[in-house]
Amino acid sequence: MTTPASRKLWLGYAVAMLWFFVLLWPLLGITPEGLEFATSFGIWSKVAVAAAIILALWQLKQRGVFGFVSRPVEALSDSLGKATGVVPTWVWLSLVLAGALAFPLLTERYAHDVAISVLVYVCLGLGLNVVVGMAGLLDLGYIAFYGVGAYTYALLSVHYGLSFWLCLPIAGTFSAIAGCIIGYPTLRMRGDYLAIVTLGFGEIVRIVLNNWMSLTNGPNGILGVKPPGTYWWSDGKIDHIWLGSLEQFYYVILALAVCTVIAVYRLNNSRIGRAFEAVREDQTAAELMGVNTLRIKLLAYALGAIFGGLAGAFFAARMRFVSPESFTFIESAMVLAMVVLGGMGSIPGVILGALALIALPEVFRGFELYRMFVFGGVMALMMLFRPKGLWPAKRMGARSEERD
Amino acid sequence: MTQQPILELKNVSAAYGRINAIKDISLKVYPGEVVSIIGANGAGKSTTLMSISCVLPITGGEIYYDGERIDGTPADLLPSRGLCQVPEGRRIFPRLTVEENLDMGAFFRKDKAGIEHDMNRVFQLFPILLERRRQHGGTLSGGEQQMLAMGRALMSRPRLLLLDEPSLGLAPLIVQQIFRIIREINEADGVTVVLVEQNANLALQASTRGYVLETGNVIMEDEAKALLANPDIRKAYLGE
Amino acid sequence: MAPAFHKAHKHVEFFLQQLVNGITLGGVYALVALGYTMVYGIIQLINFAHGEIFAAGGYMGVILISWLVSQGYPPFICLSVALVLAMGYCALLAMAVEKLAYKPLRSSSRLSVLLSALGMSIFLQNGLMLTQGVYDRAYPGEMVQGGFEIGGAVISYMQIVIVGITVLLLVGLNILVFKTRIGKAMRATAQDKTMSALVGINSSRIISLTFAIGAALACAAGIMVGMYYGSVRYDMGFVPGVKAFSAAVLGGIGNITGAMLGGLIIGMIEVFAAGYISSEYKDVFAFIILIGVLYFMPTGIMGENVDDTRV
Repeated sequence: MTTPASRKLWLGYAVAMLWFFVLLWPLLGITPEGLEFATSFGIWSKVAVAAAIILALWQLKQRGVFGFVSRPVEALSDSLGKATGVVPTWVWLSLVLAGALAFPLLTERYAHDVAISVLVYVCLGLGLNVVVGMAGLLDLGYIAFYGVGAYTYALLSVHYGLSFWLCLPIAGTFSAIAGCIIGYPTLRMRGDYLAIVTLGFGEIVRIVLNNWMSLTNGPNGILGVKPPGTYWWSDGKIDHIWLGSLEQFYYVILALAVCTVIAVYRLNNSRIGRAFEAVREDQTAAELMGVNTLRIKLLAYALGAIFGGLAGAFFAARMRFVSPESFTFIESAMVLAMVVLGGMGSIPGVILGALALIALPEVFRGFELYRMFVFGGVMALMMLFRPKGLWPAKRMGARSEERD
Repeated sequence: MTQQPILELKNVSAAYGRINAIKDISLKVYPGEVVSIIGANGAGKSTTLMSISCVLPITGGEIYYDGERIDGTPADLLPSRGLCQVPEGRRIFPRLTVEENLDMGAFFRKDKAGIEHDMNRVFQLFPILLERRRQHGGTLSGGEQQMLAMGRALMSRPRLLLLDEPSLGLAPLIVQQIFRIIREINEADGVTVVLVEQNANLALQASTRGYVLETGNVIMEDEAKALLANPDIRKAYLGE
Repeated sequence: MAPAFHKAHKHVEFFLQQLVNGITLGGVYALVALGYTMVYGIIQLINFAHGEIFAAGGYMGVILISWLVSQGYPPFICLSVALVLAMGYCALLAMAVEKLAYKPLRSSSRLSVLLSALGMSIFLQNGLMLTQGVYDRAYPGEMVQGGFEIGGAVISYMQIVIVGITVLLLVGLNILVFKTRIGKAMRATAQDKTMSALVGINSSRIISLTFAIGAALACAAGIMVGMYYGSVRYDMGFVPGVKAFSAAVLGGIGNITGAMLGGLIIGMIEVFAAGYISSEYKDVFAFIILIGVLYFMPTGIMGENVDDTRV
């Protein structure tokens, strides 16, 4: 452990830990009652030990000490990969679908609730994926479309008693229009300005929802949104029933999510999908090839917004209540994180991302407070160690916009 | 020539993007020489210079400056050791004044009087810069920018100066002036110069020795006079 | 005539009051905007975590001032010592963020760094929440009290202190950036990193320094906002952060004078919009200006100092 590289590593570790203590202690240790070290030292020592262990493991790994473990594991995963490759994709898909269909029969109410959340975020993530992953436009105000969809259905349902199924396309349309309105002025901007402007738009939508008392009832929100209804065979005749139970909601959102997956999949492999990709990779080249980049970007915005709007309408129906609280920036960041975590442009990646970010924290419910804290840290770490995500998209090439 | 070379490249390979790679380049530069590296566009001339300045990490081989191995050291430590480059396109700091640009050339130096002296020396060499000294670098003409770039390099009191295409895009009269000054700093100040040029004729006339680069390889090295007389070189690079 | 005159007089008073408040707020935005503009100028990154540095500054201020007050020091000492220490703290914090989350990504795509910045922002905000709690934390009330009246507008001593510190910091920054060698090196690095390495400038160190300076300014702004409104909250950085970024864009990103001007304008607009149009929608105006500026004059009012504008 005395090579210069190793010494440098541990010296860096020492400096970093010292630095960390200097940053941590004032936050915890300076109180009007006096200076106190125990709390911050306790936290600090845990972090220091954890970091030391990770560093040591990493160093051992660099030296190939774990060869005896990693080599067989690699071989195993290789052969597993080959084996799974033999089974056609449709088998896997139908297995997953069957599992999803059987899910409510095997689980509790609480699990249904979580599953519904996951599926809502799958829809949102896939929608945002069209904008960010496919077209490469960073959108930090995506949740605004979710809000537009939710409020559209809530208002139509409460004031006019319109049915969920009728409102679904209306909500989609309204969101698409909102997408175009937001998209149009931002399209000529370069990418990082786009991020901040979409963030601004997202906030504007939220502030308007919060203050337009006569329409939205402000921060109090809108109560009494109807769940979806349907006609069903009961007691020997066809009757109208409300799909108000958790199980029924689950199947509605599952259907919506499956439709979204299929739509996004088809989009990805269509001419438009390739045009998105062209715009993402090299806008100038795309333009020279005859792609109308402005229209394509607007289309990406509108399509992404539609999925957000549909999910929003469902959300309103599910909660039977909407309020501006649900559409804050942090939600946008959350959806974006799913896309990034899962792998930009990759459908299974986004689903995985939604599972990881919604279902996993439910498992660790005791640590609810730490959720966003960990999530922010993981987002930064992902960019450092796995920038392409957990399940990277296959077609994602090297970004031409990468700096040289 | 039995003295130690001030700069030596041993089998250096590097790549700048997907093209402009160099493979297995070896060359030596002795103190007091003017050595030119000539070759066509994309032959790897600038890549070579960027590797020497440690801006570009090399993928193989070794680089020695002043007898010490320098590849892998941070680029910003080299100017203080007397190794300085005027890169292609001059790369003046466009929103710094001429004076500030020159001062940045002496960034690592702390001797105020010496810096003052050297700045006056640069103004002597290039009187136009004195006139323009409060102007932003970006507002200068191409020739003035080249002068400023060279002046900035001289501010670090280099022992080895790498010049990348000093004649590019300049009027013939200015080019002559630039080359006169290259000779002057070589002869009067004893600065060793490595000159990369597409204008092979001009470069070889100003040099003691020359290397010819083609698609990333050194294909020939000789005394400048011999290269100028070589019929193949004349045909390929001197436009005959 | 008399009532009309009285009414007009009231209008003038109201206007003057808004002006005073606008200058105070604008100065604070200017301080935060400088951090955005300097960082963007040097590594073309929207430093999302900058708003959190501002919030951390606000907290450090309340922590240090409370402690110093409890030790019985006079207010002037408390304020100045806390200001200096907190600025140092935030500089260290920002440098740590830069080292951990941005520096390793120097050669990655801009999107990756942007997302990393976003992650850091969430991380820091929640770190503040975990260590300081979710509720507002009040500044000690007896720091600077009272005020005086000019032409009907009430100027509190607090406002004088805020504007005074702001002016001091802005002048100091201008001297640093435009008169000193290190300032020249900062500008040189912002303009051409390769070339600045070729003249012997260690760009990593300069970038680190840029983060530190921007953070120190944001920290001062955070403390002053905390004192002005009387309390701080863990998420207080988000909205002022976006507004300050708008200010930086308005002034032309990368342009230091522009950021100061932009901050002042955004502050004025916010205060006047709140006073004359609608206080509920005051936050909307900053965003609308941001969008309008980017659409109609993407290089801002002073022109931007950024060479590489690709993403």
